[in-house]
Amino acid sequence: MKEIEVLIIGGGPAGLSAASAAANLGASVLVLERDELPGGQLVKQTHKFFGSKKQYAGDRGFQIGNLLIEQCKTSAKVEVWTNTTALGIYEDGVVTAESQDEHVKIKPKKIIVATGASEKMIVFPNNDLPGIYGAGAVQTLMNVHGIVPGQRVLMIGAGNIGLIVSYQLMQAGVEIAAIIEAAPAIGGYLVHASKIRRAGVPILTSHTITEAYGQESVEGAVICKLDENWQPIQGTEQDLKVDVICLAVGLSPLTELCFQADCRMKYVPELSGHVPIRDEYLETTRPGLYVAGDVSGVEEASSAMVEGRLAGISAAYSLGYGLEAAPKLQEEALAELNELRSGPAGHKTMKGIMKLMDKGEVVC
Amino acid sequence: MQSKETIVCRCEDITLDEIKTLIEQGYRTIDEIKRVIRAGMGPCQGRTCRMLIAQELAKYYKVPVGEVLMPTFRPTVKPVKLGTFARGE
Repeated sequence: MKEIEVLIIGGGPAGLSAASAAANLGASVLVLERDELPGGQLVKQTHKFFGSKKQYAGDRGFQIGNLLIEQCKTSAKVEVWTNTTALGIYEDGVVTAESQDEHVKIKPKKIIVATGASEKMIVFPNNDLPGIYGAGAVQTLMNVHGIVPGQRVLMIGAGNIGLIVSYQLMQAGVEIAAIIEAAPAIGGYLVHASKIRRAGVPILTSHTITEAYGQESVEGAVICKLDENWQPIQGTEQDLKVDVICLAVGLSPLTELCFQADCRMKYVPELSGHVPIRDEYLETTRPGLYVAGDVSGVEEASSAMVEGRLAGISAAYSLGYGLEAAPKLQEEALAELNELRSGPAGHKTMKGIMKLMDKGEVVC
Repeated sequence: MQSKETIVCRCEDITLDEIKTLIEQGYRTIDEIKRVIRAGMGPCQGRTCRMLIAQELAKYYKVPVGEVLMPTFRPTVKPVKLGTFARGE
């Protein structure tokens, strides 16, 4: 059995930031990463980040990922196990994992769950035809493997992922037939939406897909307009000839390990699903188990990195490291999170966190 | 083309009609539905279908989706080959 001070489950932006923060204070850290390479979703993000210098504004996602990986590599206190998936968290604190096809056990003093989120699916006739992808999957296919998914795409969802992936498809020479969005307004940043509109791609709000069709794979899709009660309006159907349908309809926090570990959970729509109840330093109701990043509420990589740092500092501090420095670092991280969430895009997250912290309501 | 099907659980190939029929028959929770039809027991372990089934239950019983009882989560979070256990710790 492997013994370690801080075990971090997930080597994405939150997990890697947590690792270097805890190690910088002196804690020994082990990161478990499911994929062959750490970096999480950053590895495929070719767009530049917003925010301030502290949050790497102006750098592209994959460059930030490389920087975080480098920070962990150069730290003697951080070990990263790739091709390793955590399988369970048990009552006695033992964590099991599948590592390079071996079953291993780990006994950590503190755990930080930074498992991220998975793509949501929606229901419509023929929704399993080949050619229907999650937007994240398309981004991986293009930006990591250099493969375009098809010739002409219908994008479902006008949040930031739908908009950014549409633009990257256009850059790769793929035509976007339309971006449709069930809500009456575009969810993503205007700067992304404007770029796409300027290139002549329609963004149709209050629209949904009614069915996909095709013999062996997608040959087209039928879309229609929705009324103010989100009901389809008869006679507004349009037939679009596309060979790819891309779903960018949101993410769900990957909280199975938190459920298993008996963290108290709460369903908060603003945070995209069931999330663990935690204090402001990100410790859940299971003592010594922290969360950071999308698993604690779906947001952006910028805030995931700061949450990771906060969880890493807090875990190390609770082990007796950084008794002088940690409180100040915690306050700095909290201030950065408030700053990141102060804009209109952060309003929803703030509302969700308020709901999550309210202990008076029913929990499951 | 075959008849149009709306898939809820991709791993086990379970349709929306099948889920709705079970709910109409009186199955009230995600765990019950899982036990009779295997929804959520494939490689993704319910990451795709769990909340889709929760939505159908919420619609039928006219409750907020957050009030639908979640299934029990047990190790392991993904399918693992028996050989891996046999070889490992």
